[in-house]
Amino acid sequence: MNLANPAETANRVQEKPRDPGKAAKYTLIGLGVAFILIMLVLPLITVCVYALKQGWDVFSQAITDPYAIKALRLTLLATVVAVVCNTFFGLFASWAISKFHFRGKQFLTTLIDIPFAISPIIAGLVFILVFGRIGWAYDFLQTYDIKVVFAVPGIILATIFVTFPFVARELIPLMQAQGNDEEEAAALMGAKWWTIYRKVTLPHIKWGLLYGVILCTARALGEFGAVSVVSGHLRGKTNTLPLHIEILFNEFQLTAAFAVSSILVVTAIIILILRNIVEFKGRKEEGEHVR
Amino acid sequence: MGQAKWVSSRHSRKKNRVIPGFGLSMGITISMLSLIVLIPLLSIFVVLSGVGPADFWKAISDPQAIAAYRVSLICALAAALVNALFGTILAWILVRYRFPGRRILDGLIELPFALPTAVAGIALTTLYSDNGWIGKLLAGIGIKVAYTPIGITIALIFIGIPFVVRAIQPVLEKLDGQYEEAATMLGASGWQTFRRVVFPEIRPALLTGFGLAFARGLGEYGSVIFIAGNIPYETQIVPLIIMSKLEQFNYGAATSIALIMIVFSFLTLFAINFIQSRLNHAAKGAE
Repeated sequence: MNLANPAETANRVQEKPRDPGKAAKYTLIGLGVAFILIMLVLPLITVCVYALKQGWDVFSQAITDPYAIKALRLTLLATVVAVVCNTFFGLFASWAISKFHFRGKQFLTTLIDIPFAISPIIAGLVFILVFGRIGWAYDFLQTYDIKVVFAVPGIILATIFVTFPFVARELIPLMQAQGNDEEEAAALMGAKWWTIYRKVTLPHIKWGLLYGVILCTARALGEFGAVSVVSGHLRGKTNTLPLHIEILFNEFQLTAAFAVSSILVVTAIIILILRNIVEFKGRKEEGEHVR
Repeated sequence: MGQAKWVSSRHSRKKNRVIPGFGLSMGITISMLSLIVLIPLLSIFVVLSGVGPADFWKAISDPQAIAAYRVSLICALAAALVNALFGTILAWILVRYRFPGRRILDGLIELPFALPTAVAGIALTTLYSDNGWIGKLLAGIGIKVAYTPIGITIALIFIGIPFVVRAIQPVLEKLDGQYEEAATMLGASGWQTFRRVVFPEIRPALLTGFGLAFARGLGEYGSVIFIAGNIPYETQIVPLIIMSKLEQFNYGAATSIALIMIVFSFLTLFAINFIQSRLNHAAKGAE
């Protein structure tokens, strides 16, 4: 007893000043977790509960509705085109910006970032101003009978616009940090540009590239404002999945709206998981390089 | 043109010479940027040149538009402030504490980027409407959320939280714990240590996150329109005004208000950059 006592008091002395810190720790964790649960998790649960509220049959009917499937197809088409186009752009833009010195580089980088800085509504508006009835390209399109606004090309263009910087923005800082030494060595040994890109640069940036592609996909799948402006809301023709959800919700078809939403919730969760895997792998590889 | 740049860059930095592909990559970059972003954006000015100053002024000073600027600004500001507070708390607990579920919490932060805004919008509207789970509770104590500015603010909090957390997190991770230890040893309380030692370090990042969340809030559409309800003078935000002008085929007015919005977003970003460079200077001066 006597021997144990000093140890006990010593423990108490050590613990006492830590107490306020511990209280703060659990208060802060509690606050943070409560915030995430209420603000982010509860909306997700709402979608799932309302989607299945009227049973499985109503749910499966809503997601196999022909309009829903057409909307899903258009969303996928716009997403694939936007991702391919912006990845192509990102690969070239990051090379031009990170491997060379030229005047106005900062300005060019700022210009690439513009689609992030402006409202998606304005992104849609500008295409109406170019291709719509008051647009300067309208007469040209009329003579060749091409429809852009209130048609599929407009939706694809708007999607490309809002996701334009995603891949480039991921790659530029990564390639700048990597430096030019390896590329210079390869070039001095006579390697062609594409060979250098594929064999020297790409292995360093592959996780960053994948990360950019994932972010771009997520945004393209869910884009609403810009697409809403240029779509004209023609059911079965220019409706993407998010626009289809809007129509259902405004028609008070809550269960159907949430059923279709649940498809996008599942894709969102898959995207989050992929994003985390890619980030983890990228960090791990970065760590190995340092060692 | 590509050739001329090539020569000048050879003069400025010798090592540029060896890496191939400048002409082609720059050519593709500039042409895609122009075709997809710059030329469409410039058509705003083409259209505005045909509007005339009187009509331009009438469109942007319309009482309904002015009410919308106010609603957009106040809600975006309130949401960004809430996010600055909770974003700091979240970044802090994610970096400094170890607790079960931390990794899941960390992964969830980016949900607003991954979840389509329309889905978030209808979920929040249903949740906060008078017979929704939270709306019912709040209606009991007399607070109405859906179809009020509070609802708009909640949607903007949802959309803005990742910006603040992801801005602060890396700075906290790099922060050396030694200064905090020293402060604690010298008798500073936890709060004093945070305010005097940690906060000055994360302030620039906090400001960036705050600014990004604010700028995003000003332009946000999808998550807001459902919960806002489009009541003129009360819950009509600027993007909604532009949308309704477009539906009336009033392109001149829509474009005029759009220009005001663009100017505002750019001013916000410039202001953040300016304050940040001032802070950096001050920090360097102190050293």
